[in-house]
Amino acid sequence: MDTQYPKTIDEAVSALSDGATPLAGGTDLMVEVNFGHRRPDHVVALRRVDELAEWDGSTIGAGVTWRRIELEGPKALAEAARTVGSPQIRNAGTIGGNVATASPAGDGLPFLAAVDASIEVRSATGSRSIQWDEFFLGVKKTALEADELVTGVDLPEDLPERQAFGKVGVRNAMVIATVCCVVTRELDGLTRVALGSVAPTPMRARQSEEMISAVARPSESDLAEFARLVAAEVSPITDHRSTAEYRRHAAGVLARRLLGRCLR
Amino acid sequence: MTTRTERRVGRTGGLIGDSPLRPDGIPKLKGEFEYAQDLTAAEMLWGATLRSPYAHARIVSIDLAPALAVGGVHAVLTADDVPGRGTFGLEQPDQPVLAGDYVNYWGEPVVVVAAEDQDTARRAAAAVVVEYEVLEPLVDPEEADRRDETFRRMKIRRGDQDITGDVIVDGYYEVGMQDQAPLGTEAGLAIPDGHGGVDLYATSQFVHVDHEQVVASLGLTSDQVRSHPTGIGGAFGAREDVNLHIHLCLLALHTSKPVKMVYHRSESFTGHVHRHPARMWYRHHADMDGNLLRVEAKVLVDGGAYASTTGAVLANACYFAVGPYRCDSVTVDGVGTRTNNPPCGAMRGFGAVQVCFAHETQMDRLAAALDMDSLDLRRRNALATGDAIPTTGQIIETPLPMTEVIDSLVAMPMPDATISDSPLSLPGGTGLTTEPTDVSRGVGYALGIKNLGFSEGFDDYAQARVRLTAEGATVETAAIEVGQGLVTVLAQIARSALGVSRATVRNVDTSMIDSAGSTSASRQTQLSGGATLEASTRLRARILHAYNGDDLDDDGVWSEGRLVTPMAEITEGSWEETATFRHPATTEPDENGQGVIHADFAVAGHRAVVDVDPELGLVRVVRVDTAQDVGKALNPQSVRGQIEGGIMQGVGLAIMEELIVEDGIIRNPNFTDYLLPTILDAPEVEALLIEKEGSWGPYGAKGVGEPPIISSAAAVAAAIRDATGRPIDRIPVRPQDIALL
Ligand SMILES: Cc1cc2nc3c(=O)[nH]c(=O)nc-3n(C[C@H](O)[C@H](O)[C@H](O)COP(=O)(O)OP(=O)(O)OC[C@H]3O[C@@H](n4cnc5c(N)ncnc54)[C@H](O)[C@@H]3O)c2cc1C
Repeated sequence: MDTQYPKTIDEAVSALSDGATPLAGGTDLMVEVNFGHRRPDHVVALRRVDELAEWDGSTIGAGVTWRRIELEGPKALAEAARTVGSPQIRNAGTIGGNVATASPAGDGLPFLAAVDASIEVRSATGSRSIQWDEFFLGVKKTALEADELVTGVDLPEDLPERQAFGKVGVRNAMVIATVCCVVTRELDGLTRVALGSVAPTPMRARQSEEMISAVARPSESDLAEFARLVAAEVSPITDHRSTAEYRRHAAGVLARRLLGRCLR
Repeated sequence: MTTRTERRVGRTGGLIGDSPLRPDGIPKLKGEFEYAQDLTAAEMLWGATLRSPYAHARIVSIDLAPALAVGGVHAVLTADDVPGRGTFGLEQPDQPVLAGDYVNYWGEPVVVVAAEDQDTARRAAAAVVVEYEVLEPLVDPEEADRRDETFRRMKIRRGDQDITGDVIVDGYYEVGMQDQAPLGTEAGLAIPDGHGGVDLYATSQFVHVDHEQVVASLGLTSDQVRSHPTGIGGAFGAREDVNLHIHLCLLALHTSKPVKMVYHRSESFTGHVHRHPARMWYRHHADMDGNLLRVEAKVLVDGGAYASTTGAVLANACYFAVGPYRCDSVTVDGVGTRTNNPPCGAMRGFGAVQVCFAHETQMDRLAAALDMDSLDLRRRNALATGDAIPTTGQIIETPLPMTEVIDSLVAMPMPDATISDSPLSLPGGTGLTTEPTDVSRGVGYALGIKNLGFSEGFDDYAQARVRLTAEGATVETAAIEVGQGLVTVLAQIARSALGVSRATVRNVDTSMIDSAGSTSASRQTQLSGGATLEASTRLRARILHAYNGDDLDDDGVWSEGRLVTPMAEITEGSWEETATFRHPATTEPDENGQGVIHADFAVAGHRAVVDVDPELGLVRVVRVDTAQDVGKALNPQSVRGQIEGGIMQGVGLAIMEELIVEDGIIRNPNFTDYLLPTILDAPEVEALLIEKEGSWGPYGAKGVGEPPIISSAAAVAAAIRDATGRPIDRIPVRPQDIALL
């Protein structure tokens, strides 16, 4: 295996045009290698690329670790960061790796969906900014070309003050999400609801958002109706981790509780 | 003349009742301890295994050429290359070393490879082309029962079979397939001796039985194989059966080079046996006062594709099906089925765990039906010394402090009733799903009983040798240290019994000493400890006799307070004693399952306090308190280690640890999806050790390894039931079992 250690984004993307596989924290990639699912023969290690670890206002560099986000990120993203793996994983794993892996259970992704973030990517021939819903295309499928590097995620300048993240799993730490969810609410009632692990990609529950955004002071029955709508909007599967029925139920309950927190 | 001013048998070394530092503790913490994974030899090759991708198939053809074409490959072997019997198994040699015409479970070994490095070996194994004719797997154990595909059936009939109680409670219960999930995966090294024999160093709980299996399956003579104890990272039953042992010896003999193998994590999940999943049908009868009149049970455990220890696990499940209660009318029918599911065998608790969940749930339901306090019901029926075991009729002759266990448990303080508002202490933990107002608290109790040592007439013994040299005492044994602390406790026994302050334990191979038996069945401290005590006592007596003394310590032999012979002079001679310790003999069951089946029993009880978020079905186990019958705590810290670890494993079984098997295929053979409790899932534990001497173990010690898991899972399940009112008739309890009912 051939490994390169570039110091700049330019060097990194030029390695990508030679067919190299990017390696950030390695917490997804090395698992795949150990399982024999992938055998990259040319790797470009990104940790020495300082530009990728920059966090400039509303742009979080791809190389920023979960540990840093846990400490410095916007509230709901920091809460999501705290649930990623163990301290060792959070010290190594990056938001760029989470985005590029595009697992339906990626805990960082619902936040990106909730705030309508875009993914910044660059290749040797140019750069582009891809809206999250055009970036995540399916289970571990993205709009990223093989020669493109994720350089960062771009968040809106003004984030809603009220925001909350929650994740349901069978264990109280270090667990893959059965369902995870971010709810944000603006002072005028505008509510956004994004969910993970209940569809092939992170998703927004748009009808639920519409319904609850129109209610200035939701009552208990509005909240119950909101939970029912969220449960109806998600499209989860049954697998060895959970059942579709439970995921649907938990998605509604979790979204309702998070909204409750935003309303307090 | 030297006069004695102080007795120097040091606290530092640790006597019986002390908790000295483990000799291997610091090296393990520093990463310096040599585990089987770390073994190495000059010119060593690496082995790898190709396994069946199907639960049931006929092998049509195997093309080895693509594997042999990989550079650096030294051997690619199939069933045709296995000399000798070619099969192995603890109860019956029914499992092929390598599959011949058929594969009978997903992950069954088909081809083994030796190559210059591990990666090459794995790639070569993957390059072998096997053509399979896929067959319909038999995966439903009840269908296997109907088709009489079984390893053993049990029939227990005791007392009047026609009694009917005033109150009758029926129940059906399931326990999922738990895995031992030891942190150290299977690993080993086989070194050919150049004369057709081989030295094997591999993860194990019982090197003498590995030796026997290697010899028979490969057609070798007993003296051609030496099986050596090595560094083990956990076992819990997973290492009673051989897995890579025969493959390693086969490859080493074939290539005439040392061969090493280390299973990767997912291979480990298919490479060892699991806890038997169980289905249990129960009916309890009682009178209006709560006297248990009759228990009827049917117990089904699925053994999977090969026998392993299914017969013994099934028998144990049936023998302890009623739990620690008096009852004179008992019917138990048991079946251990043969299917195309993953083979199951020994795991901590060995059958008693599964039935405990059922009989304790039944006792709670019976109490509810009688409108009685569930602990009063248990106390009223609790077994005691002199009573008959309800299933086998065996009279209990040693102390059995069941009532003390119940009383102690009730007396232990309860945690603060307010629900924590720290998110990390709430159900859902870091996921921030739950607030105190979403939580409902529950409390559950469970009691368990299990045998100590091997049963049903098995000649269960352990040999140990104690030497005294200028370096102090050495205990030689083939007993396996799996992390439980045997290396500490045997030295404590030798120090106490011999009278010298320095003692170490030295593991020796199968050619140097007779068997110590298995590190399982809670037996090793009792059996190897018993042999160490006997050898030390005899050695001391011989030395005192030889020098006409009345006491021995580090200074030498004393007589009436005067040193008569200094230690330096004594250790010029050669002093050693070998002892073989047997527990009281047991018998095979008669046709009704009656007899003196077990050598002794231990009981324990658990009280679990849980916080449940019923709407999401999430659980946080707040606290598990326990009282346990330990005979005598030879090393209280090690006993507590067993208790805390066993409770964690019980918590795991209650709420998360399960191998999900679909159509014979394990869907979660990895730590991503086979969930073990983390520290955020760990309850506070308080343990009360009940010491009642009178058992046959050294100084009256009973085995302590298994009771902590037997009733802890049942107690957690009972607490969840209490918190939610849901039936909870299956463990592990899944969120949907709570939230969607
Ligand atoms: C024990 C454990 C627990 C985990 N728990 C969680 C969890 O709770 N929640 C969760 O969401 N995830 C979890 N993960 C997954 C993983 O930690 C995260 O997805 C993490 O964000 C991946 O980041 P990384 O830097 O390690 O990525 P890497 O493994 O280095 O890379 C992941 C993928 O992205 C590609 N890649 C990396 N950087 C870039 C880039 N800048 N541009 C283009 N492609 C790139 C790589 O080629 C690879 O395909 C866990 C993993 C482990 C091993």
